[in-house]
Amino acid sequence: MRSVNEMLVVDQVSVAFPGRQVLERVSFTLERGAFCGLIGANGSGKTTLLRSILGLQPLSAGAISIDGLPRSRAAGTIGYVPQKIQLDSDIPLRARDLVELGLTGRRLGLPWPSKARARLVDEMLTAVDAQGFADQRVGNLSGGQQQRVLIAHALIRRPKLLLLDEPLANLDIRAVAEIVALLRRVAGGHGITLLVSAHDMNPLLGAMDRIVYLANGRAASGSTDDVVRTEVLSGLYGYHIDVLRVHGRVLVVAAGSANEIPLNVADPSTHIAMVP
Amino acid sequence: MGDPIGMVFAPGFFASAPVQTAMVIGGGAAIVSAIIGVFTIIRGQSFAGHALADVSSAGGAASFLLGVSPMLGFLGMAVLAAGAMELLGIRRAQERDLVTGIVLGAGLGLTALLLYFDVTTRSTTGATISVMFGSMFGIPSSLIPPAVLVGGGVIAVVIAIYRPLLLSSLDSTLAEVQGINVRLIGLLHLLMLSLAVTLAAMTIGAILSTALLIGPAAAALRVTSRPGAAIGLAALIGLGSVAGGVLLAYDSYDWTPGHGWPVSFFIVSIISAVYLLAALPGRRARRGAVISGNPETV
Repeated sequence: MRSVNEMLVVDQVSVAFPGRQVLERVSFTLERGAFCGLIGANGSGKTTLLRSILGLQPLSAGAISIDGLPRSRAAGTIGYVPQKIQLDSDIPLRARDLVELGLTGRRLGLPWPSKARARLVDEMLTAVDAQGFADQRVGNLSGGQQQRVLIAHALIRRPKLLLLDEPLANLDIRAVAEIVALLRRVAGGHGITLLVSAHDMNPLLGAMDRIVYLANGRAASGSTDDVVRTEVLSGLYGYHIDVLRVHGRVLVVAAGSANEIPLNVADPSTHIAMVP
Repeated sequence: MGDPIGMVFAPGFFASAPVQTAMVIGGGAAIVSAIIGVFTIIRGQSFAGHALADVSSAGGAASFLLGVSPMLGFLGMAVLAAGAMELLGIRRAQERDLVTGIVLGAGLGLTALLLYFDVTTRSTTGATISVMFGSMFGIPSSLIPPAVLVGGGVIAVVIAIYRPLLLSSLDSTLAEVQGINVRLIGLLHLLMLSLAVTLAAMTIGAILSTALLIGPAAAALRVTSRPGAAIGLAALIGLGSVAGGVLLAYDSYDWTPGHGWPVSFFIVSIISAVYLLAALPGRRARRGAVISGNPETV
């Protein structure tokens, strides 16, 4: 029944934290090589969904399979780039060391130098345009540079599915464009399936060919045009939502008086629309 | 006076049994503390390391009352405190600091009571100085075998789990994704931290043991950006500081009135001086990095 082309199947997944239902019967599938945006406001469950796919989050119900394997047996096929991690400039670790740890972090014993591994690390650093700061401390790099190094750290294990948690958050406009271009290259050149979470879909509009939109613990998925519509999003949020397209940008606007709007749907794009 | 070696090493230095014991146990404590110190700083647990040391002083004080080896006392309390910290398992840094501060205060309070008993019920007037600030020339040589065993054990474990420990110290999620049991690694780190603190408390005292744990590691982090090199350099700085401190204290018998100054004072002074030297040029580099980095907030 399963198509060989399916890289990720999320089937009726529910996750509950004490006193709060974070995900409720979330289902979607990703085809091999897809570039999928996971869009939702802060607190909508994006990180929980990514951790569920990684197998780090127990599910209350449902199942997840990756490349035809249950998630417990698929650890080697997934790469993960967490939200900007806290790296102090005191930490004695160069960008190339962090990339190498992506491959060897699990191994026991002392790390004897290896020419072949050093070449592989160089190759990964080149793939993410990080050669220029390969020997600098990770703690001294800018957010965009750290993001590149973390992507190389994930890519060096040659994953089939790469999950990125808010890779564009806290970056300046130019770094956002550079990271999006890099992700397109990764998806196109290496045939890696990408699931990229973001609270603002606009920087990803030209890059993603699929979207999973999370709100109220539920998800809608499909092409951007199918999902980002007034009827679909209103159904998710449970009240009327307007979708406006302005100069190629999408603005998701909650209609109605302020006291009808739950506080947890404070999508930044909503603020943009409200502020003249 | 024409003998330069005699001017540096006062007569009897190499033949003295207390000097030899101090060198072996102190040197071992310095190496182990420096290695664990590097990971402790990367994990952002320097304050927890200090608290562990303070709490262990209660064990040291109790050992005088019970008539057992101070090593057992320090170790027992340090492991107990580490276990409590692991059980509490506090994630948020701020909350962790508050609880650590309270545990530290409670431990020192208990130490105050036990030291009072030491001094009043036993004729161990030196207990306070010994527990808190160490008395390196008074370490019994019978402690060499257990200290070497503990030190060697810690180094063997660090070698075995070097990379998982490094990665999970950087970021627990990155480690979890590779299937590393971060809880187990964290527990092992706390256990090794307790052992390092025990060794350091035996030599330069519970209160000052933080100096051996954090000082050499912090200085090394300023100098090199490679994790392996930082660990090696930290161990060298620690070892050099202890050797220099022991030598200066031994020599100080000749130029101070009375019995010479405490070894701990000299060791901690050397560590502080090395850190200052390492930090001075680093400060300039750091300012440059801030200017060249992007503020990255839109």
